[in-house]
Amino acid sequence: MAKAKDALLDPLFNNNPIALQILGICSALAVTNKMSTALTMTVAVVLVTACSNAAISAIRNHIPNSIRIIVQMTIIATLVIIIDQMLKAYLYEMSKALSVYVGLIITNCIVMGRAEAYAMKNPVGLSLLDGIGNGLGYGAVLLSVGFVRELFGSGKLFGVTILNTVNNGGWYVTNGLMLLAPSAFFLIGFIIWGLRTWKPELQE
Amino acid sequence: MSHYFMIFFNSVFIDNIALTFFLGMCTFIAVSKKVDTAIMLSAAVIVVEVITVPVNNLLYTFLLKKGALAWAGYPNLDLSFLGLICYIGVIAAIVQILEMALDKYFPALYNALGIFLPLITVNCAILGAALFMVERDYNVMESTVYGAGVGVGFGLAICLLAGIREKLVYSDIPKGLRGVGVTFIIVGLMAMSFKAFSGLQF
Repeated sequence: MAKAKDALLDPLFNNNPIALQILGICSALAVTNKMSTALTMTVAVVLVTACSNAAISAIRNHIPNSIRIIVQMTIIATLVIIIDQMLKAYLYEMSKALSVYVGLIITNCIVMGRAEAYAMKNPVGLSLLDGIGNGLGYGAVLLSVGFVRELFGSGKLFGVTILNTVNNGGWYVTNGLMLLAPSAFFLIGFIIWGLRTWKPELQE
Repeated sequence: MSHYFMIFFNSVFIDNIALTFFLGMCTFIAVSKKVDTAIMLSAAVIVVEVITVPVNNLLYTFLLKKGALAWAGYPNLDLSFLGLICYIGVIAAIVQILEMALDKYFPALYNALGIFLPLITVNCAILGAALFMVERDYNVMESTVYGAGVGVGFGLAICLLAGIREKLVYSDIPKGLRGVGVTFIIVGLMAMSFKAFSGLQF
C-alpha cells in the first residue's frame, strides 16, 4: 500500500518530472498562456502516460530488449493519435489552439522516460499509478504556470475576467510579457528555485 | 529566391524553434554545458533536419494527404491521421541509417557524435519541424530550406547558451537556483532578446 502511495504521490513534489527530472519541458512552456489549454494538455498527458505505462508493463516480459524502443514508441504513438483524433472530433477549437503540441506528446520525454525507467521493471498496477502520478506532477507545474500567465497576462482565469482590464474600462493594466514565451522560462526557473529552497536535499 | 531566403531567415531568427516554440528543450538544457559538445549536437541536428523534413514532406504529399492515393484508385482516402506514427518512424529509421553510414565511412565523426545521434530521434525539434511543415503546407524545396533553417536556429541557440553557461561557473548563484534553475532564467532572457528580431519584416 505504501508503495502504491509513493508511486502516485512522489512525482508530485519530491521527484517532479519537470522541476527535477527536467523531462517534458517542451510542451510545458508552450501551452501555458491559458488555463484551458494547460488543463487539456494535462488531461491528455495523464491519459497517455497512464495507459502507456500500463500497456508496456503488461507486455514487459515479452518485449525483446533490442527492439524495446520501437515497441514503446509504437504504443505511445498509437495512444497519442487516439487522443489527437478525439480532440479533433469533440473539442475542435481546443485542438486548433494546441496545434502541434498534442502530436509532440509522442516525443515528450516524460512518457518515454517513465516507460523505460519504471514500466519495464514493475507490475501493471504500480506502473499505472506511476503514470498517473507523473502526469499529475507535470500538470501541477503546467497549471501553476498557466495560472500566473493568464491571470497577469490577460486578467482572466479559464476565460472568465478576474481583474478588470483597462481596455474594458477597468483598472488593471495587463502585463504583455506574461503572454510571450520568455515569461514561461522565468516562472519555471522560479518554481525550481522555490522547490529547492523548500527541500534543500534536492539542490545541485 | 527571396521567398526561400525569407523562410530560412524566419526559421533561424524570428521563429527560432528552441526559443520561440520551446521544442527540443530537454536536449537544449541537458547538452548545453560545454560549447564543444553543443557544436557537435547542432551539426547532427542540422543534418537530420535537412534530411527528415523533405522526406516527411514527400511521404505526406504522395501517401497521406487527402486524395494523394488517387493513382491507386482511392481518390477519397485521407490517411493524414496516420501522420504522427509515420513521421516518427521515418525519423527513427533515418537516424538509424545515418548512424550506420557514419560508422562505416566516417568513424571519426561517428565517435565524436557518440550518444547524441540516437538521442535526436526523441528530440521534439525534429518531429516538431515535420509537423509545422505539414501545418504550413510547404512543398519539397521549401521544406528543405525550412529544415536547414530550423537546424541552424537550434544550433545557434544551443551554442550561445553553452557559451553563457561556461562563463556562469565563476558566478555566485543562490543555492536553490544553481544548475537548472538559473539556466531557465538565462534561456528566458535569451528568448526575450530573440523577440527583438520579430520586428524585422521583408
